[in-house]
Amino acid sequence: MITALIILALLALGFGLLLGYAALRFKVEGDPLVEQIDALLPQTQCGQCGYPGCRPYAEAIANGDEINKCPPGGEATIKNLADLMGVEAKPLHGGSTEPEVKKVAFIREDECIGCTKCIQACPVDAIVGATRQMHTVITSECTGCDLCVEPCPVDCIDMVPIKTGITNWRWDLNPIAIKQVD
Amino acid sequence: MSMESLFNRLKAGRLFSFPGGVKPPERKALSNQTAIAALPLPDKLFVSLKQHIGVEGKVQVKEGDKVLKGQVLTASPNPFAVPVHAPTSGTVTRIGLHAAAHPSGLPEQTIEITPDGLGQWTTLSPIPNYAQLPKMKIIEAICNAGISGMGGAGFPTHLKISSKKDVEFLIINGVECEPYITADDRLMREHAWQIRQGIDILVHLLNPGAVLIAIEENKPEAIDAMRVACKDQSRYLVCPIPTRYPAGGEKQLIQNLLDREVPRKGLPIDVGVIMQNVGTCYAIADAIFSGKPLIERVVTLTGESLQAPGNYWVPLGTPVYHLLNQAKYVSSLQQKKRIIMGGPMMGFTLHTDLAPVVKTSNCVLVPSDQAMPLPPDEQSCIRCAACADACPASLLPQQLYWHAKANELERAQDFNLFDCIECGACAYVCPSDIPLVHYYRRAKADIRIQEQEKQKSDKARQRFEARNARLEREAEERKAKHAEAAERRRQAMQQPADNPQDKIAAALARVQAKKQAAQPDAVPEANEDKVAAAIARAKAKREAQQAQTGEPAKASALADDPKKAQVASAIARAKAKREAQQAQTTETVESASPAASDDAEAAKKARVAAAVARAKAKRDAEKADDAPESDAQPAENAQIDDADAAKKARVAAAVAKAKAKRDAEKADDAPESDAQPAENAQIDDVDAAKKARVAAALAKAKAKRDAEKAASTTETNHQPDDITQVDDAEAAKRARVKAAVARAKAKKAQQQDDPS
Repeated sequence: MITALIILALLALGFGLLLGYAALRFKVEGDPLVEQIDALLPQTQCGQCGYPGCRPYAEAIANGDEINKCPPGGEATIKNLADLMGVEAKPLHGGSTEPEVKKVAFIREDECIGCTKCIQACPVDAIVGATRQMHTVITSECTGCDLCVEPCPVDCIDMVPIKTGITNWRWDLNPIAIKQVD
Repeated sequence: MSMESLFNRLKAGRLFSFPGGVKPPERKALSNQTAIAALPLPDKLFVSLKQHIGVEGKVQVKEGDKVLKGQVLTASPNPFAVPVHAPTSGTVTRIGLHAAAHPSGLPEQTIEITPDGLGQWTTLSPIPNYAQLPKMKIIEAICNAGISGMGGAGFPTHLKISSKKDVEFLIINGVECEPYITADDRLMREHAWQIRQGIDILVHLLNPGAVLIAIEENKPEAIDAMRVACKDQSRYLVCPIPTRYPAGGEKQLIQNLLDREVPRKGLPIDVGVIMQNVGTCYAIADAIFSGKPLIERVVTLTGESLQAPGNYWVPLGTPVYHLLNQAKYVSSLQQKKRIIMGGPMMGFTLHTDLAPVVKTSNCVLVPSDQAMPLPPDEQSCIRCAACADACPASLLPQQLYWHAKANELERAQDFNLFDCIECGACAYVCPSDIPLVHYYRRAKADIRIQEQEKQKSDKARQRFEARNARLEREAEERKAKHAEAAERRRQAMQQPADNPQDKIAAALARVQAKKQAAQPDAVPEANEDKVAAAIARAKAKREAQQAQTGEPAKASALADDPKKAQVASAIARAKAKREAQQAQTTETVESASPAASDDAEAAKKARVAAAVARAKAKRDAEKADDAPESDAQPAENAQIDDADAAKKARVAAAVAKAKAKRDAEKADDAPESDAQPAENAQIDDVDAAKKARVAAALAKAKAKRDAEKAASTTETNHQPDDITQVDDAEAAKRARVKAAVARAKAKKAQQQDDPS
């Protein structure tokens, strides 16, 4: 009886030490859940969720915030987040359910006065230009977050929908006949 | 199995097999009875920039250029790009978007060439002694000839043949398993020797253990022709393949001949095989022995709706409507014009007959409605599994369909969606007429788009993080700098009291030394006589002006003026728009706000001001236009004035715009705050309402006065600016200081405005 107790106590002690060592040895820096959530977010950095960027929102979700506050991600992102967090998918917070058309910013260059306000607003440094020089948007880097439109003092920034070309065309089951107009 | 035993087995006529497959009616006799014929040139050729898998090159010609037959039209350093060439001599009439030979029917960058009918060749550089040249030179020549796979996918040939791995078998694909198509069949019958020459070049480059020429059994004439052409080579073997669709698929053919499976994300070279189409071999021989680039190909024009079906040499870029005219299209046999590019199994319906023939177009099929009825409506899947039996890639098509339809892309990938070769065998056997391949293509496109988005979002995250790091670093640097400056100030305070005066004296001495260095000639005179100094200054000024308005300056002023005027007008336009919006918002709040009449008045005033500004800008622009026409001497002055005026106008307009925006924001806010008292007024007595209205009016008046003050401040800003430009260097410095002070004042005033 006593031997059994001692053996069990020794085993418990041994495993305890092993686990304690493993916890120190294989310590994970940071919260892996935040990384996973961040990887699912669309990284537009638009701030429409109420947080200053995608990572802060990922941290907020990890701390129990709602998963349906990301309009650029839409239904797909909510579904993925619901799968990851093990909660029910919800409709988009206070928004329409229709998928939004992808857009990029476009500066009407002859109207730009070179104030650099949009450059300061861009979260991904996708606008190039200098003081009193014309600015322009690097289309391939633009996330379509909309944040540069408001600060422009002369309203020369448009959000232009991305054109469907042959490279990003999706096979349509009911193709619409397209007629060439000369 | 070793290479040698495989070769012997094939030599004995024993093949392996591949799973699935279907046997649709062949209908090849329609087009394989006559020899390949030439067509008259169309009135216009539409050469797409990208005719293969990969990227398009940069256009090397411009509109209006004369081009010769075979002249290169695009170039790119990217290895995934192959050039395109002019199919005949003529004029480049347009470079722009034109309907593409693509299932989407979307337009693509295209060079439009109007042929001159001469067919004048550019200088060709054949290399008949290719065996003596380094292999890289031959591969380069093949790339420069614009050759990409002509079987269907259009993979750039030079990439395929620059493989460093050992090649056991070079397979020449002459299977042509799709119904209706006979282009390769006729090419082998008529040009077997040139195909053999192309094979010889490939053998020289790749040094394979054996060459297998695979031809379906339903082309006995082609088999005979190729056997005759290759009979002196013991390592060249013509292998007849049992007729079954899709025996000509790359993976299926390898499996059929060698019983080897190409790994999922691999290439045939991973199992020691390189495969080339017979048409590609023909084009390679053309490129090496006669130096001709790929500018035409054999196209099967077939279908029951054509009266003259057959195979034709078609210059790349020939629009499909020209082909239909030449092959005598009978429109009465089709309810609605239906043109299929490629075969009936894997081809796609063209949206318009303006689409051109490209390097991968082997067939233009115009079936009659009777021979090939329009696909009936899709029914529900009955889980019969006929598709699974037909699938040559051993997939589960109905599972793929299920998940693709439900948009469960991950699940579809679990069922190996990307192993689907889109051969269409499953859709062919489906009793419910489900367009299965369409679902797969759609799902594949969605997955690709998702992957692209994922990459983009990863990049965005990196950029966002980099930017945050940069901002943080900058903030820290600024803090450090401030701390350092504060430290220095503190140290300066602790220094003895006589030091500051020393410093002032030193600064004065420095300034004087600088002045002396700048004006070595003028200084002694200035010391002697102030009048003389003034004269010298005036002279210097005149000289400076002359230097400024010298030849180059004049030219630049001339070039700048219209641009500036344009900018000014654009700004005025934006302003007008802004004011219109403002006026609109004012009108909407009219009923709600007691101060509406005030707003309307303010808007009117703003509109008047805008009109004045517009008129001014217009006048400036007109002046700018007029100036170059007047005499040379005054014109110079006018140009300086105009440049100044335009600049001034631009600055003024920008200021006005910013102001207008601020006012608009204020105006937006104002009605809201006004609405509050108005509501109260309805509940309260009349007195309170009056009081509120008076208060609102007072606030508005104050805001207006402030705005005017700010405007006048900016006006005074310009005054010194003008002086600076005419004064000499010293005065300029003074004026600049004054301007800076005025600006600072204006800024302060503005800041005071904002809270109010």
